[in-house]
Amino acid sequence: MNLFEYTRAETLDAAMSAATQDGAILAGGTNLLDLMKIGVISPTRLIDITRLPLHDIEEHDGGLLIGAMVRNADLARHPVILSRFPAVAEALLSGASAQLRNAASTGGNIMQQTRCSYFQDPLSPCNRREPGSGCAAIGGETRNHAILGWTEACIATHPSDLCVALAAYDAVVEIAGPDGLREVPMESFHPLPDANDAGPAPLQSDEIITHIRLPDPGGMARNARYVKLRERTSFAFAIVSAAAALEIQDGRIVQARLALGGVAARPWRARAAEKALAGQPPTEEAFARAADLALEGAAPSGDNRAKITLARRIAIRALIRAAAGTPDRLPALPASVFEGDCNG
Amino acid sequence: MADVMNIQGHVRLGSNAGQSMTRRDGVLKVTGRATYAADNRPEGVLHAVTATAGIARGRVTHLDVAAAEAHPGVVKVYTPANRPDLAVSPDEKIHGFAWRTEALQDDTVRYAGQPIALVVAETLEAATEGARLLAPRYDADTPRIGLDGGVPFQPETVSIGASPTLEAGDMDAARAGAARHLETVIETAAQYHNALEPHAITARWTGDRLEIDTPNQAIGLAKQSFAAYLGIDPAQILIRSPFLGGGFGSKAILFGGQLLAILAAKDLDRPVKLALRREQMYGPVGHRPATRQTLKLDIDPQGHISALDHHTIAVTSSFDDFIESASNASHSVYATKAMRTTHGAVRADTGTPGPMRAPGEAPGSAALEVAIDDAAYAMGFDPLEFRLRNYAETDPATGMQFSSKALRECYAQAAEAFAWKDRPLEPGSMKQGRLLKGWGMGTAQFPCPMFQAAAHATLRADGSAVVETSAADMGQGAWTSLAQIAADGLGIDIDRLEFRSGQSSLPDAGVAGGSGHTATAGTALFNAGADTIRQLAELALNDPASPLFGADNAGVTARGGRLYRNDDDTRSEAYEDILARAGLDLLRGDGKGAREGEPERAMFSHGGVFAEVLVDPDLGQVRVSRLIGAFAAGRIVNPHLARSQLLGGMIWGIGFALQEEAIHDVRTGRFTNADLAGYHIPVNADVPMIEALTVHEDDPFVNSLGIKGVGELGVTGTVGAIGNAVWHATGIRPKRFPIHPESLI
Ligand SMILES: Cc1cc2nc3c(=O)[nH]c(=O)nc-3n(C[C@H](O)[C@H](O)[C@H](O)COP(=O)(O)OP(=O)(O)OC[C@H]3O[C@@H](n4cnc5c(N)ncnc54)[C@H](O)[C@@H]3O)c2cc1C
Ligand code: SF4
Repeated sequence: MNLFEYTRAETLDAAMSAATQDGAILAGGTNLLDLMKIGVISPTRLIDITRLPLHDIEEHDGGLLIGAMVRNADLARHPVILSRFPAVAEALLSGASAQLRNAASTGGNIMQQTRCSYFQDPLSPCNRREPGSGCAAIGGETRNHAILGWTEACIATHPSDLCVALAAYDAVVEIAGPDGLREVPMESFHPLPDANDAGPAPLQSDEIITHIRLPDPGGMARNARYVKLRERTSFAFAIVSAAAALEIQDGRIVQARLALGGVAARPWRARAAEKALAGQPPTEEAFARAADLALEGAAPSGDNRAKITLARRIAIRALIRAAAGTPDRLPALPASVFEGDCNG
Repeated sequence: MADVMNIQGHVRLGSNAGQSMTRRDGVLKVTGRATYAADNRPEGVLHAVTATAGIARGRVTHLDVAAAEAHPGVVKVYTPANRPDLAVSPDEKIHGFAWRTEALQDDTVRYAGQPIALVVAETLEAATEGARLLAPRYDADTPRIGLDGGVPFQPETVSIGASPTLEAGDMDAARAGAARHLETVIETAAQYHNALEPHAITARWTGDRLEIDTPNQAIGLAKQSFAAYLGIDPAQILIRSPFLGGGFGSKAILFGGQLLAILAAKDLDRPVKLALRREQMYGPVGHRPATRQTLKLDIDPQGHISALDHHTIAVTSSFDDFIESASNASHSVYATKAMRTTHGAVRADTGTPGPMRAPGEAPGSAALEVAIDDAAYAMGFDPLEFRLRNYAETDPATGMQFSSKALRECYAQAAEAFAWKDRPLEPGSMKQGRLLKGWGMGTAQFPCPMFQAAAHATLRADGSAVVETSAADMGQGAWTSLAQIAADGLGIDIDRLEFRSGQSSLPDAGVAGGSGHTATAGTALFNAGADTIRQLAELALNDPASPLFGADNAGVTARGGRLYRNDDDTRSEAYEDILARAGLDLLRGDGKGAREGEPERAMFSHGGVFAEVLVDPDLGQVRVSRLIGAFAAGRIVNPHLARSQLLGGMIWGIGFALQEEAIHDVRTGRFTNADLAGYHIPVNADVPMIEALTVHEDDPFVNSLGIKGVGELGVTGTVGAIGNAVWHATGIRPKRFPIHPESLI
């Protein structure tokens, strides 16, 4: 690890003015410090924002305003999250481990880097790490790589579970910068790669995420689920995942939300699928058609064609579970294909 | 001194051997007071970090030593150009259990992650950054990676000095009469031990005396080996290895980094500490190589195996020969008229493989059990019935009797606990909601080797005792179970026993490996106690003042710190009284543990493992919802610890079947998942219901104490049981372990 300066910011302004091109914001550190240790990034200055007043969760207009420093563990157990945004709770609790969730922050979770193993290997060419150097993932191990929205410049996926649920709920990222505040929908917060590079950074180096705003979920509060396919029951990133929320009245879907995880460089909001579901009865046939639409344009970026099938099926599963209603208590194995111990 | 165990925090559920007792080192461990090698901070200690190769094959052409040495805190950089001399090249095989290793002998790179320089600094951070600043340049060759990328060859030996082939019976004749010929091809992935505690060493010289703190599974041998490399007398070396945070075979062998730390400590005249980072454990400290196994079974019309042919191809390194002896796992499990087991190998640009928990047996058993299951189904038999039909009454490989074999009872007890009898024959017949359910089984078997061990026992004037042997506690509980045996040998309560272990100045207890440590070191300890008691009895029997005087032919029994006349239980005397009258402060006995001569019986532990899996048919995810094994392993010294070992082995089997896999990028030879976020092993949530039962077994032949081993047994059988359960759920036979969700949709 390189030598670096450490500053603890007491105010947002101080944090922003301390933030420079080669500095980095330090929140929980669970991603940043790992990347520094393996030499993927070498900031010369760390700006610790854990003391900033960004630790609160406030209710507003039926929705929530979540401070960027709210820890993943606290957010997952917040009563309003549990009652009105259960897919967020399930997504959070399916991620990482209890210890990591205690440290990891909301802003850090959103800003975490891809788990592309070539990104994590400073010796491999990687357009995301070093623009213009190429993409070592192409032709390599691509099991956790994209099937949607990728280009030859970068086939990485964004690994966050939380972001998938947030995107489905129309969350908005609030960002403070030297020129004031700006807002970006979660759904489009992470830029997709273009033909030549991995896409711009989502933030300028002197910008800081202050809050995540979750609007009122309305009639979808009790019909929302997150499902995550992974190699072991906990402590593993998604192979594919899906968040689904439905408002159902009189046997018909009034509105639907569907977002996929593990498939693209951003949580993949399936707008066309949502549209097709509106007005339909919540049947497996309707969900299957919607899932087809969600995966429209999907293509393997390597030896990962099976992910297209899996993503389609996990979308259907999430919709089926959402239609069945959110259980009163979170399942023992949140977001697991195996719910409690046994049931499908 | 952590090598003396005086903590009394363990839970006692009874007296000595045969009783459950929690780990005597448990309190030290959960309170953080157990010092592992890297916890030592001698005054003035320097930190060493190895720089590792970013290519898998070629030469290092440049290292920016000046940049590294200019970094604040860096004391010295060692490269092949300035590394102090060793007496013996690390490329020599100094004995049969030595691996060729890298200690900066030259600039060649033979695998990615190989140490290519050592940076020593005042802090760990400075050494780490110094290593990065070396920014090596290479002359790189195309790496040869994996079963299909390497260079095939015919090995002369497999495992450690074993023959690569065995033929028993007339294969052609046996085949001719068969009704069905079945072929199964299974691949198993490369796996890394990933002991929780990384390999580490703290080395310190005082004059020409060398003190080493390093986790090691065979301290006596390690002392000899270090001495040979350094060209010094073994008597100059003291190794402390009181606790190992897991080893699984990877800490039985020396690696170059240890030698470099020792050389640097001498050169700089300060203590030097080196601890590998997780990713640095992928290469220089062994692994279980990938295998491709082909099993051909010929079954006669009555459902008896008439011929068994098991061929393994295993990957090894380009510069040493450890060939995973997977085919040998088929030698002694099922009866057959004829068998042939063979091995081939492939040289690739990886570190050299080595023994990893159930080496040979684990992948071999996985493939064998899948093939047996396939045969059972083809012949229309229930898998258990088929295995009983092919039960080996004698060892099919050698024709010898088994020393003991309670496998039938294991099958029966585990099947009963599992409710196996309700199993439908056809795959895909059980459902639970959306999920497919399947039941599978496998046979567990592991040999019972013994090595060489020595021990001392010393009775003290107050009737308490101290025993000494350099055993290795890898977390399995040696501090506890060996002390239980020692207390029995001395006929005292374990709380009156001081157990000294884990350092090389003590009598050599041999290797903690091969599941033979308790049997070997335990026998030595028991014999040392018995030798002491024999001398004590001699004193008493010849002393007219003793109530035991003249017991002679009737003899005496040692129990609870007293000697009792065998023919009159009312006549006894306390040890301390006997010693006092003889004017002795101490009475010392010696013991050895070893197996004399060629064994005349086949010696194995056995078990039956039954698995239930749930499989999501749409998404392919597998959950082992129940796992029950019953095991017969001779005398169980400590049921509590033995159960932990067996459960640990079975959980290892879950990882083998569904998760564990080290992945190379075949273009560069570097790993893509060399950390515990990417290299998956089971978590608690993966093990909802697991049980290990033990079946009583008296074995008068295996050794005088009747002890077999439990450390590796649980891995065998389990992998196959899970694979077979997956088939029973889905109708899909696994072609490869770990089974990926993608292969089941
Ligand atoms: C072993 C392991 C397993 C994991 N498994 C999962 C999983 O299954 N699912 C999942 O979703 N995640 C998983 N994670 C990732 C984990 O969720 C993230 O590491 C964590 O959320 C990051 O939060 P942090 O506060 O620690 O961020 P940090 O590490 O402090 O920061 C991460 C990045 O965000 C930037 N940053 C942080 N806060 C702000 C802010 N307010 N404004 C602007 N920039 C900011 C930092 O500069 C840095 O670039 C896993 C991590 C590990 C180590
Ligand atoms: S996929 Fe993207 S992150 Fe991965 S190596 Fe290619 S450019 Fe880098």
